[in-house]
Amino acid sequence: MHIAVVVKQVPDLVEELEVDAAGTGLDRAWVKMKLNEFDDHALEQAVLLKEAGGAQVSVVALDGEGIDQVLYAAVARGADRALKVDAGTQEPLDSRRAATALAGAIRDLGPDLVLTGVQAADDLFGQMAPFLAAELGWPHVSVVSQVEVAGAAVRVQQEYAGGRMATLEVDLPAVIGVQAAPQPPRYVPVSRLRQAMASGALETATAGAGAGTGGAAVTQLAKPEAGRGAEMLTGSPDQVAEKIEALLRERGLLRG
Amino acid sequence: MGNVLVYVENSETGVAPIAFELLGAARRLAAGLGGEVEALVAAGATAELAPALGAADVILRMEHPALSPYLPEAHVAALTEAIRSRDPQVVLVGNTSAGIDVAAGAAAATQRPLVAYCTGLAVDGEAVVAHSQVYGGKLVATTRTEGPGVFTVVAGAFPGAEGQSGGKAAEATLAAPATLGSLHTRFIAATAPSGGIDIGRADRLVSVGRGIGGPENLELAQELAAALGAELGASRPVVDSGWLPKARQVGKSGMTVKPKLYVAVGISGAPEHLEGMREAELILAVNSDANAPIFEVAHFGSTCDLFDLLPALTERLQAS
Repeated sequence: MHIAVVVKQVPDLVEELEVDAAGTGLDRAWVKMKLNEFDDHALEQAVLLKEAGGAQVSVVALDGEGIDQVLYAAVARGADRALKVDAGTQEPLDSRRAATALAGAIRDLGPDLVLTGVQAADDLFGQMAPFLAAELGWPHVSVVSQVEVAGAAVRVQQEYAGGRMATLEVDLPAVIGVQAAPQPPRYVPVSRLRQAMASGALETATAGAGAGTGGAAVTQLAKPEAGRGAEMLTGSPDQVAEKIEALLRERGLLRG
Repeated sequence: MGNVLVYVENSETGVAPIAFELLGAARRLAAGLGGEVEALVAAGATAELAPALGAADVILRMEHPALSPYLPEAHVAALTEAIRSRDPQVVLVGNTSAGIDVAAGAAAATQRPLVAYCTGLAVDGEAVVAHSQVYGGKLVATTRTEGPGVFTVVAGAFPGAEGQSGGKAAEATLAAPATLGSLHTRFIAATAPSGGIDIGRADRLVSVGRGIGGPENLELAQELAAALGAELGASRPVVDSGWLPKARQVGKSGMTVKPKLYVAVGISGAPEHLEGMREAELILAVNSDANAPIFEVAHFGSTCDLFDLLPALTERLQAS
């Protein structure tokens, strides 16, 4: 079993996000980037499969600022190979263009299973997993919280609204959009990270030609218009607690 | 003249609520485009589903055993077939689990652009202008789509009432694509929520988000919940981190709740979370980030450090 995990970085949403001068993109000068949390779960799921039944895990990403560190961290977590794909730009591509750019390298890699995060904070033009599946012509399931190998197929748990779930079986090769691994992504000790970096084993590939479908363009990126908004309770924690208690009492919501 | 095609999500419990929201949105778009609303209902059997779709002008019924229960591969093929044969200008799909599978797959197969996470849709000339929530709801992207496009719409963005009214639609049968006979995906079993707790029934909830920091701090929220007679809920990151069980998750891939009181503690308010709790009668949010989207839906908010406020509030409630 050979598993490819496709990862990327997204802006850390804990930080303040600013819009660029053109008003259509993110001002990236000060944005702190981090591994897409869903990709983090996809990597954990791959490593769990490797531990459970043996598998080779390759982590794949488009080249871009800071991506080496992400790939080394994945190796430290248990990936056997790391592949950096050069799409001829350091600018982030939308997921559809990224899927087109990555498909050739992934085909060359020849994995049985591709795992990637179900979504990313910036995938305005759609999600990576279904686009990649379409490029490769492989079956696909997204919003998956568990993957198990079953012969020449995988059994996955797909999640729906209301906490409903279904177990589906998908023939390999397949692409799975991971919502969550069965256990939280593991911590990487710095010593392991140093070891991975010292081994220096990043492979490189060139992205395939082709572009996404045009037709939709961003005309504005902005902070949401202030809605009705919350009435803010101010003061010390004690004062705020007092106000909340009064609010709940007024509405008959104190424990009776 | 452009038509609007609505993908009608359905399960053994019937037509999904999101389908009515899409039909309502589709009616307005079709009026602007001078076209008709077509509703694609693809299932093993559609006779019991079609009558609910009277808000459409035309109901397109596609039947095949592989279409129920839901299989992503089958429904991508169904929607792709409908787009190819009806050539609508606008395709609307819910931004649900099934929507993520189906919309992107069909958009790729038909070479149409996809705009995701839409909360607003309008016609401008012959183009469709969409507003989408991106970056966890912290920013709104406005896009302009000239020509055909596929749009995934966030649940709760459009009222369902307009899509539920309506008279008698014409019906047409669409042949299921031959690929449904040779799928690479199989349905094994449905799983109901487990864990013995149904937070959907609680009339008071204290929900914790990533801001709680770690499982060692959950006690603070548990104590507050106990003092309020509330159940404990959680946002997705808390559940994915294994700090609380899945049964307690509120939001898109968890439970939709409508309690009398919802206290959101350390929850930023990503669209997927808001979708599951925005209908609560009284929403109180505690988050140190004054710009957190949770304050847009909360009735009352505080930016106090939760590690100071929660114990103070618990103590006060216990004493009262």
